[in-house]
Amino acid sequence: MIDALLSALVALSSPDRLFYMALGVAIGYGIGVLPALGGLAGLSLVLPFIYGLDEVSALAMLVGLVAVAATADTYSSILMGIPGSSASQATILDGFPMARRGEAARALSASFLSSMVGGIVGAVILTGAVLVARPLILALGTAELFMLAVLGLSMVGVLAGRSFAKGLVACGLGLALGTIGSAPATAEYRLDFGTIYLSDGLHLPVLVLAIFALPEIVDLARGGGTISRTAELGQGWVAGFRDILRNWWLLLRTSSIGSVLGAIPGLGGSVTDWIVYGHAVQTEKNGQFGKGDVRGVIAVEASNNAREGGALVPTLFFGIPSSGSMAVFLGGMTLIGIEAGPQLVGERLDLTYAIIWSLAIANVMGTALCFMTSPLIARLTTIRFGLIAPVMVAVVCFGAFNTSRDIADLYLLLAVGVLGLFMRRFGWPRPPFVVGFVLAQPMETYLYQAVQFYGGSFLLRPGVLIIAAIIVVFVIIGARQRKLANTEDESEKTGSNPVPQAIFALVPVAIFATVLWDASRHSFLGAIFPMMVAGTMLVISLPIAARLAFARNAGNLLHDGEQDADPQAGGFWTYLLWFAGLIVGTALVGFLLASIVFFLAFLRWPARCSWTTTLIFTAIANAGLVAVAHILVLDFPSGLLQSLVDLPWPLR
Amino acid sequence: MRRISQQEGIGRRGLLQGAAGLGAAALLPAGAARAQDFSGKTIEWIIPMSVGGGSDTWARFHAPFLTRHMAGNPTLVIRNIVGGGGINGTNQFAARARPDGLMVLGTTASIQFPYLLGDPRVRYDYSAWAPVLASPTGGVMYIRPELGVRGPGDLAKLKAAQGLKFGSQGPTSLDMVPALAFELLGLDVQIVFGMQGRGQGRLAFERGETPIDYQTSSAYISQVTPLVREGKAVPLCSWGVLNEQGEIIRDPNFPDLPHFAEFVQAATGSPPSGPAWEAWRTLFVAGFAAQKFVVLPKTTPAAILEAYRAAFRKTLADPEYREKRGPVIGEYDEVTGDGCDRAYASATTMSPETRQWCRDWLQRRFNHTL
Repeated sequence: MIDALLSALVALSSPDRLFYMALGVAIGYGIGVLPALGGLAGLSLVLPFIYGLDEVSALAMLVGLVAVAATADTYSSILMGIPGSSASQATILDGFPMARRGEAARALSASFLSSMVGGIVGAVILTGAVLVARPLILALGTAELFMLAVLGLSMVGVLAGRSFAKGLVACGLGLALGTIGSAPATAEYRLDFGTIYLSDGLHLPVLVLAIFALPEIVDLARGGGTISRTAELGQGWVAGFRDILRNWWLLLRTSSIGSVLGAIPGLGGSVTDWIVYGHAVQTEKNGQFGKGDVRGVIAVEASNNAREGGALVPTLFFGIPSSGSMAVFLGGMTLIGIEAGPQLVGERLDLTYAIIWSLAIANVMGTALCFMTSPLIARLTTIRFGLIAPVMVAVVCFGAFNTSRDIADLYLLLAVGVLGLFMRRFGWPRPPFVVGFVLAQPMETYLYQAVQFYGGSFLLRPGVLIIAAIIVVFVIIGARQRKLANTEDESEKTGSNPVPQAIFALVPVAIFATVLWDASRHSFLGAIFPMMVAGTMLVISLPIAARLAFARNAGNLLHDGEQDADPQAGGFWTYLLWFAGLIVGTALVGFLLASIVFFLAFLRWPARCSWTTTLIFTAIANAGLVAVAHILVLDFPSGLLQSLVDLPWPLR
Repeated sequence: MRRISQQEGIGRRGLLQGAAGLGAAALLPAGAARAQDFSGKTIEWIIPMSVGGGSDTWARFHAPFLTRHMAGNPTLVIRNIVGGGGINGTNQFAARARPDGLMVLGTTASIQFPYLLGDPRVRYDYSAWAPVLASPTGGVMYIRPELGVRGPGDLAKLKAAQGLKFGSQGPTSLDMVPALAFELLGLDVQIVFGMQGRGQGRLAFERGETPIDYQTSSAYISQVTPLVREGKAVPLCSWGVLNEQGEIIRDPNFPDLPHFAEFVQAATGSPPSGPAWEAWRTLFVAGFAAQKFVVLPKTTPAAILEAYRAAFRKTLADPEYREKRGPVIGEYDEVTGDGCDRAYASATTMSPETRQWCRDWLQRRFNHTL
């Protein structure tokens, strides 16, 4: 085994192979830095070019790309509060507050280093997995997978923030929206309103961009100034290194959890992120999680790089991709003539080792690249926000649209964005919402399948009992922590008028009622899960609305971020309307034209730039959009105009 | 957002076809003259499935050969338009493609099935297209050895087996073919939906959750044959392939296994027949024997269609193609020309009676309404 491991390293270290790996790293870095585009987009990009490369070079390039994309996507999460890909959502929670505090450098440094360690741990675990992966993965049946989903759900306890009841409802809202689309047990379409778009279910990347990024953009635009409140980067590069050393045990723990969970097919990457983040909150003492605790960054970043190593296990040895990017990776392997399966542990073990080495080396390469370029990129946080805001808006729209390339992505972005804005304002925690959403589908599927395969006795399987015990232990540890994590604004702002809050509390009630009504039209198996979720949640959410409306003092439930709002800053609605204007404009004249008008208008008036600056900046930004669209073979969303007149690309 | 209404769909489709026909008539002389040379042109190959999936890989494998063998070496761009399990992108192709040979569509089973079964979301019509390549694959059904079943002779034992379960991707997915096969054999199999991909179904089999499963040929060869060698799986039959005359014969990849019709005959004493068999046969062709097609609008000038057929003919004879096709296509012969047209006809036509029988069966068996 050692022999094979070393000879794979020798094979990999030829200059041309290292060159292809570096190329993969460079592309992965470029894609990772761009907000909202993850390894998936990068892999789709290089797929046409790997044809004709030798096996090891092609694998080195693909692995290099995947590895570094998970490191570089941290930039936008930390610096702008925009998820760098749907896989680095939880990084925002602590990374972005750090950047706003003027600690961007420290957050980035800690994040890159933990990414690197995580990536290497992932490679080590993959090496071990060569021997034991098969029996281990086969030991986890549908019943155990269901319990892992429950483990994810139990994290809501520590992610809920000040009001547990509101956290629970937010989670229920995620679960309810997660049931939209084809029912796993019967393939009935739920809540699709006759559209193909909704029959596929809501798309996670759009949802995450909407719920996290949009409210932040609006908030930043109103505040003016720069992202970093101190307009400084902070001398944090060394501090980040110290953070890593101080938290080595957390780092190792989250890396291992990340790679093991990543290796389980059918659980999904974002579930892993939230389990790991929840674990950090539960187990770390004196946490300031959600308000810029560096441990939140370390935990998630270590885990999401380690996860890529883990995710290779089912991909390589079973031919079952556990994520979108792994599916493309598998497609790439087929194109260069490698078939996944048991032979990669047998006669083609050399390839497996080449992949492992690529993973380790690429992680180091990627970290070095990120460190070299970050002083420059981190300067973003010190630029006047008026200039960055339109870019962020365009980028969020672009990322959302790239998800399914349907203009409905943009409508969904707007709708959920408004929901997110109000959740933020009225103190409804958003992380439990996302946790609920990502767990809805695995929970329902595996519950149904486990009952079909094992009957009710699936709850007595040893694996199920072990996971149940783990859940109990961690929930107890989490509950004993000094204070539950406050993932939203903590200061006491009860708001002067509870009526708007009560009205907003009716939104979840209305959604649950709709889900319940829709469920009543479906067969038993298609309806049971949404019915249980919506029914339970109605019972919890109705009293909340009632208390907000009628109770003399609704206590923890009350929250209004608009209390004591700075009258100098822009209004609550102003920037939301700007954003809505862009979407409406897209529906009329297509995205590119609408975006040009949006840039011109925004830079000239709210940002008060001179016409020269406005024109130059608009030209550069939109040329950038066109270039990326061209590379990704993407047509911009078209509007009414395009349906009437045939325009040339990129206006088409 | 797209509203779905069959009425509107047909109206619009008719209109578009009319418009396309007119356009073609106007373009014909110029189009025919230009058809031979694609230099400087960009051809868009629409794949209504996601990047990295089977259809996408298949198209990306073909793309460089097509560039090489088409006059003028056009640039090929694979455009993935996802949604609705393939229906969305195909609807868009149907609405947008012009008869200029610059946009082609790669179809697959999950695009054929909704069309055959009359899914109301479908706004495309196979009879409006002309195929230029047909790509076959196959599948093998296998069971756990504990059942003690070795071949068709043990059907009674299989019928009596308790707790037969099968992991399926959905009632109208490709896995409708095995579901109908169980029906034809009279097996009492509990079908469990919600599998995402055949890989998950295989995992459920390996974990012992389902004692009966099938895989398409390439996955069977790389993933299941090791299990067969270890004595953890017993193959029962292949689905078979179509020969030149359109008859089902043994799959050349599995010459020792009976094909499904053979298996039924050996097990029950008579060849399969009746509406269930008609349904199985059509869906088998659309799902396996002619799973993927490359199509263009039928109104495309003959010279352009011929240019595509010639390019595929040269591809199929290209030594590099023959050497490398294994992992992508398996050892199956793709066809263009007459063989392709014949396969297309049988993969995309279903009699109204059979369609109704299928819809009734889905309702009866799974309580599933299209």
